Amino acid sequence: MSSQVETVIESLKAQGRGALIGYLPIGFPSLAESIEAAVALVENGVDILELGVPYSDPVMDGLVIQEATQKALEDGFRLSDAFTAVREITARVNAPVLLMTYYNPVLQYGVEAFAKDLAAAGGAGLITPDLIPDEAHQWIAAAEKYDLDRVFLAAPSSTDERLAQAVKLCRGFVYAVSTMGITGARADVDSAAHTLVDRLHKVGAKYVGVGVGISSRAQVAEVLTYAEGAIVGSLLVKALSDGGVEAVGRCAADLAPASS
Amino acid sequence: MLLRDEVGPYFGEFGGRYVPESLIAALDELSAAYMTAKLDPSFQAELAELHRTYTGRPSIITEVPRFAEHGGGARIILKREDLNHTGSHKINNVLGQALLAKRLGKTRIIAETGAGQHGVASATAAALFGMECVVYMGEVDTVRQALNVARMRLLGAEVIPVTSGSKTLKDAINEAMRDWVANVDTTHYLLGTVAGPHPFPVMVRDFHKIIGEEAREQVLALTGRLPDVVTACVGGGSNAIGIFHAFLDDPSVKLVGFEAAGHGIETGKHAATMSMGRPGVLHGARSYMLQDADGQTVESHSISAGLDYPGVGPEHSWLKDLGRATYRPITDAEAMDALRLLSRTEGIIPAIETAHGLAGALQLGRELGPDAIILVNNSGRGDKDMETAAKYFGILDGETA
Repeated sequence: MSSQVETVIESLKAQGRGALIGYLPIGFPSLAESIEAAVALVENGVDILELGVPYSDPVMDGLVIQEATQKALEDGFRLSDAFTAVREITARVNAPVLLMTYYNPVLQYGVEAFAKDLAAAGGAGLITPDLIPDEAHQWIAAAEKYDLDRVFLAAPSSTDERLAQAVKLCRGFVYAVSTMGITGARADVDSAAHTLVDRLHKVGAKYVGVGVGISSRAQVAEVLTYAEGAIVGSLLVKALSDGGVEAVGRCAADLAPASS
Repeated sequence: MLLRDEVGPYFGEFGGRYVPESLIAALDELSAAYMTAKLDPSFQAELAELHRTYTGRPSIITEVPRFAEHGGGARIILKREDLNHTGSHKINNVLGQALLAKRLGKTRIIAETGAGQHGVASATAAALFGMECVVYMGEVDTVRQALNVARMRLLGAEVIPVTSGSKTLKDAINEAMRDWVANVDTTHYLLGTVAGPHPFPVMVRDFHKIIGEEAREQVLALTGRLPDVVTACVGGGSNAIGIFHAFLDDPSVKLVGFEAAGHGIETGKHAATMSMGRPGVLHGARSYMLQDADGQTVESHSISAGLDYPGVGPEHSWLKDLGRATYRPITDAEAMDALRLLSRTEGIIPAIETAHGLAGALQLGRELGPDAIILVNNSGRGDKDMETAAKYFGILDGETA
């Protein structure tokens, strides 16, 4: 039983750097291009992939990601496409692939069936923005059974008790929400992020990824001075939307921290 | 345990909190404040005084015999929530939550609205308490309920048309949640129905249960017995739970909710969550919902903006599965016929939402016969719907049906 994500973070640590975690939605601008784009991210320095499962009611997402996932749904995205994408990407590049999904699609697919098929496709686990550990017994049991990571969110507003609970139940990393808000590029990453990461480390977190609002090489570098991972989403989605696969690759290369 | 005593966060397998972690602290704070207020006589007295001097409670009941002639001759009694200030039951919950928001030191309230009734009530409370108010409303609904948009703006609220997704109530809730995640320190999300994450389903129900408590006594006083059936329309389910709640532990009283069947449940163009949906997670709670095989929410349809919602409150899902309440579909056409019938036989113009419950009462009356007593929540008045009704019936000069 071991976490692909934790293994990658550990080996990067040994090289003296943190992980760049890149988000893209599956099925945007098409299933094939979303697979190419994810491959391009890894070829250009992204260490861990977070693939978004398009969902009709994405309450945690800002406009850029909403528009992309809505288009994917309009173009006929099906849940089975997520497993296809994971299978094809993991066959081509050597980076862990986490799915970022709202809970209802998992629930309707069947929590255990979802875990089984994700593991069979080579997926590393799930990031669940609207599933808090308190409601996640079924998912945690399935993740245990199929050796998958479960990444829960931690927020600046979370109490220490809740942070400790998240740390205890997460595997892979804890997703620290940098600021009180939804996804989208921001000029400043809140100082709240640093405080939150420190609090998570203090209650025992070994691996913390910071997400929401990170949109420049400087921000990635800054976050990686105090956290094990930096998660970039909207900026990459916008690059893909504006300039296609090649542009999103360039964008990733610009963000990637230099190996020491 | 009495059914009435269920206080969440779960109703059987339904309810809970399926929301981003960022909102948990605010929900915990709200739960704690609500538990304190519930037991605090000064809070209860302040709310009761507002209801007496501002809402206009208790609302009366009205027996409608000329209308009831069309429903098998059963006795039909309306609980007149349409006579409340702002024209619907929504004010009951809004005043309660606005008082709580004040206690929590919040200076800004946000709300979602479908038909605009909850938005108007929220804008009203914000004006009364001197708070900033932002109302999210699906773009489609801002058009079909333009009069209520004007009312909200006149009351000083900012109305933001929501252009994502289906551009209706469900998307307005998504947008309000996004706002709340970002502004939770200063802002209270004044959720308008018995859906959403705990404590909303329980708290909103508690603020509305006064409807059934008053009506139960009023019907007893008028008829000397309990009604055979209590009915209401169901979208998210706030007015229905409000009138059902006092009767939950009266086994002789049937509870029937009427949901929007739109063009007909067989057409796919409907909002009949209970009849056609299955359990899932939407807007923070586990409940029945309209969804496809992949768990994507399916867009609903109803002529009534207030019922045009693909989910329903978790307590209703629980009552359905327990068999304590039943839920039936009413089409646009049946509702509009009932709206016109009540207008012409009794001089009461109900909201289109409410008309679904009225159409249901006629159905039940025909099934139960003249000995039956049917209590209907007349949840809102129809002024806001005149444009839709005028178009539907072709009753403005220069228009045809």
